[in-house]
Amino acid sequence: MAKHDTYDAIVAGAGHNGLTTACYLAKAGLKTLVVEKNDWIGGAAVSRSLIDGWTYSNCSYVCSLLRREIVRDLELPRFGLQVIPYEGGATFTPEGDYFAYMSDHDALRRELARHSPRDADAYDRFSQAVIRQCRFIRPFLLRNAPDPTSLRPRDLSELLFLVKQAHGLGAKELGETLRFWTMSIGDFLDSYFESDLVKAHIAGAGIIGTGLGVYSPGTAYVLLHHYMGDVDGAIGAWGFARGGMGAISNALGAAFEEAGGEIIKGAGVDQFLVRNGKVTGVALENGDEYHAPIVASNMDVKRTFLQHTDRAALPSAFTKAVERFKIRGSSAKLNIALDRLPSFPAAPKGATFLRGDMHCSTTLNELERAYDDWKDGRWSQDPYFDMLIPSQIDPTMAPPGKHMMTVFVQYAPYDLEVDGVRSGENWNDATRKAMADCVLDKIAVACPDIRERVVHAEVRTPWDIEREVGLTEGNIFQGELTFDQLLFNRPVPGYAQYDTPIRGMYIVGSSAHPGGGVMAAPGANAAREILRNIGKGKSMPDFAA
Amino acid sequence: MVKVNHVPMGLIETPFHARLEPLSRAKSWTGWAGFISPLVLDTVEFEYFAIRNQTTLFDISPMHKYRVTGPDAAAVMNRLVTRDVTKIADGRVGYVMWCDEEGMLIDDGTLFRFSATDFRLCCQEPMLTWLLDTAWGFDAQVLDESDAIAGLSLQGPTSWSLLQDAGFAAAQNMKPFDWREVEPDIWISRTGFTGDLGYELWVPKAKALDLWDRLWAAGDHWGVRAIGFEALNLCRIEAGFVAAGVDFQPVHAVMRLHRGRTPIELGFGKMVHFDKGHFNGRRALLQHREAGARYTLAKIDIAGFKPANGALIYHRKKKEVGFVTSGVWSPTTKRNIALAELKAPYGIEIKDDLWAEIYVNEEGRWDKRLVPVTLQDKPFFINQRARATPPHPF
Repeated sequence: MAKHDTYDAIVAGAGHNGLTTACYLAKAGLKTLVVEKNDWIGGAAVSRSLIDGWTYSNCSYVCSLLRREIVRDLELPRFGLQVIPYEGGATFTPEGDYFAYMSDHDALRRELARHSPRDADAYDRFSQAVIRQCRFIRPFLLRNAPDPTSLRPRDLSELLFLVKQAHGLGAKELGETLRFWTMSIGDFLDSYFESDLVKAHIAGAGIIGTGLGVYSPGTAYVLLHHYMGDVDGAIGAWGFARGGMGAISNALGAAFEEAGGEIIKGAGVDQFLVRNGKVTGVALENGDEYHAPIVASNMDVKRTFLQHTDRAALPSAFTKAVERFKIRGSSAKLNIALDRLPSFPAAPKGATFLRGDMHCSTTLNELERAYDDWKDGRWSQDPYFDMLIPSQIDPTMAPPGKHMMTVFVQYAPYDLEVDGVRSGENWNDATRKAMADCVLDKIAVACPDIRERVVHAEVRTPWDIEREVGLTEGNIFQGELTFDQLLFNRPVPGYAQYDTPIRGMYIVGSSAHPGGGVMAAPGANAAREILRNIGKGKSMPDFAA
Repeated sequence: MVKVNHVPMGLIETPFHARLEPLSRAKSWTGWAGFISPLVLDTVEFEYFAIRNQTTLFDISPMHKYRVTGPDAAAVMNRLVTRDVTKIADGRVGYVMWCDEEGMLIDDGTLFRFSATDFRLCCQEPMLTWLLDTAWGFDAQVLDESDAIAGLSLQGPTSWSLLQDAGFAAAQNMKPFDWREVEPDIWISRTGFTGDLGYELWVPKAKALDLWDRLWAAGDHWGVRAIGFEALNLCRIEAGFVAAGVDFQPVHAVMRLHRGRTPIELGFGKMVHFDKGHFNGRRALLQHREAGARYTLAKIDIAGFKPANGALIYHRKKKEVGFVTSGVWSPTTKRNIALAELKAPYGIEIKDDLWAEIYVNEEGRWDKRLVPVTLQDKPFFINQRARATPPHPF
């Protein structure tokens, strides 16, 4: 018999943002239910063991953006979360050379000078520009996006805050801000550096997860989005969650349950229930129905409204805007179990940069060509990848002496072209293997013995990510991070404050401001908005202070 | 002419220095009891995370070590320290404190019990004279073993796995504070200064490098890293451990008056066993207990992200009531933590409305932050893996 029950609030989807919202609602005293379609929680912040002894961070794989205010406020370390920084990175060339990024500033200067004496100083100036922009953006992450058309006091004060911050920059820095929000990462890097290799190494952060090329306007911001996090206050630093990214979701889940919340797994939402313009609950695929006056969707905005909500309950202009929302899948992922550490013949013995992010794309042109393939519906024949071996640092990820490698691949299309037909259905074991082979061939530039090291590999295309995690088209950010889809335009103009045309229904995932990445900011901001609307705003801490 | 053995000038090498020197990228050394000791070998950050995530080696050879033997050895130790040594069994280690006749703390340390007639006391401060004074009239000998015994601290969640791979599987069933001779001349104690899973290994000086090499070779799969004092110091504050000369002033070493504190004032009242018979400082401590603590060393959580080392503590933002003795940002618990000395009744009866005044220098501009302080009753870092027996692999 189908189950029915009533709650104060229901969160659809146990991704890290949904769980964050749920934590704050439960802590404010609301009887809160989280429903999750998979048999595990975490959405795209998940650790799974697909081969005995190894743990993969199947989707997201490194951590920096997670807001420290939220970590502290929800006491996530008490629930087992430990974030460990990693040390650097490198880009390897087919000629057997490399450019290494090192956390030791003096060594980094020497390494830059080895490639271009001029770029050593340029790097410091580039860093200054980036960090200044990050410092400008960071205060906005845990605030609502200001609505310039609203006259509500709260919106006016948010707008005033934006104006004040922008005014404080001065004309030169404000100009720099506009450059960052609108330029391509390629143009931006060309204005600082001369070494192709150095530029290619840095440019990756401008295209990760994005259906744009290094010379597409807007990619400079994507780089900023990857630099504005921190590990223990070191802005731009990245780390691993001990035990994989699932440790974040599991800590949030445990915090939620301690606060009295309830999670039902293996129970996907079929339909958001709406009556007279008000949300009344959710109907699940298994026939169960749960009722609540507040329903928060952690699904992306497209999936929420185009697949699980009655169109008749929505204004058509809103639906159209949701349809227009860009959420193109552009990345694939290989998770590889290795029988031992592969060799890196180019690297000196004991090189610390092997414990960081590694790449084999050596010029901006090469990256731009990789994008061209994607536009045509192919995976990049000469792909960019962001490759790490976290088991060198985290002993929990693989058996002793063996290793786990995570390879983020850019670009891979959602609707793969085969014989003139573009469709997600074209992704099958054969095409997946062909793409993986293409990536492994390129990894062999850095580690020639990579194929002999592989014990098991999981290949995830945008199609797979959509089907497993639920992200539309497999877009990792729940919507592209381009200026037209940020701030008061995210996800849809007029609904940028987690609210929707349906009363009581909210968008709490990365489709909302400030966007994607394992940040938990949309989830926390949404919770604050929900609690304010029911007169419990005081139960949220004032992060902005 | 007499042959004079001139003493060396400056800092001298520990038995492990030959291994530490090549590992030093930071070239950042300090003096510890006259020995060259690393503050940082590579970076504080990565050394710290190796302690909390993998495993680490830290050279503790400069610790002062005293052997007390003889039929009255147990009686001497029981007279010295405030806790009841008869309750520490053979093959066990006890954390101990000892006071002068006024009940003021001289030092803290670890007491290793071989048997009722054989002890080793390990501590920060030189203690030979005080031990000899305490042993006067007893049938016991005191020997300074500081230079004869080398010590290595192996700390972190994979430390047991490393020990096992290094051939020390015999240590598997050791509980916290156990200690035993696992091989001739190699003693292991399950102790440490990090609050995490960890061990300390003790060998005669001549065997030091062999021990290092054996552990280092086995550590490859377990992420072993040599560390310096700074990373360790972060961990000890997270674990709520006090440091001599920092969180309390060893009363024999201070020149100014009224710097002494009792173990009770430092939060170690449970370690003062009044019912065990006489011990140094007992009468004074009884009086102190009657009169009530003058101070308290509190664990505090501080709002914001700026470490509060040296910050003054205020009540109602106005009245100055104490100061931070050790304050750091805790990278594992993601909190701003500190130990702070508060003047009674603050921190004892009055626990609310406390504020820390933190001065921060942000690229040349000084700024003052007044942020709320919350008292904590437990150590900041508590992890079940520290106590699990048999220990977990990681």
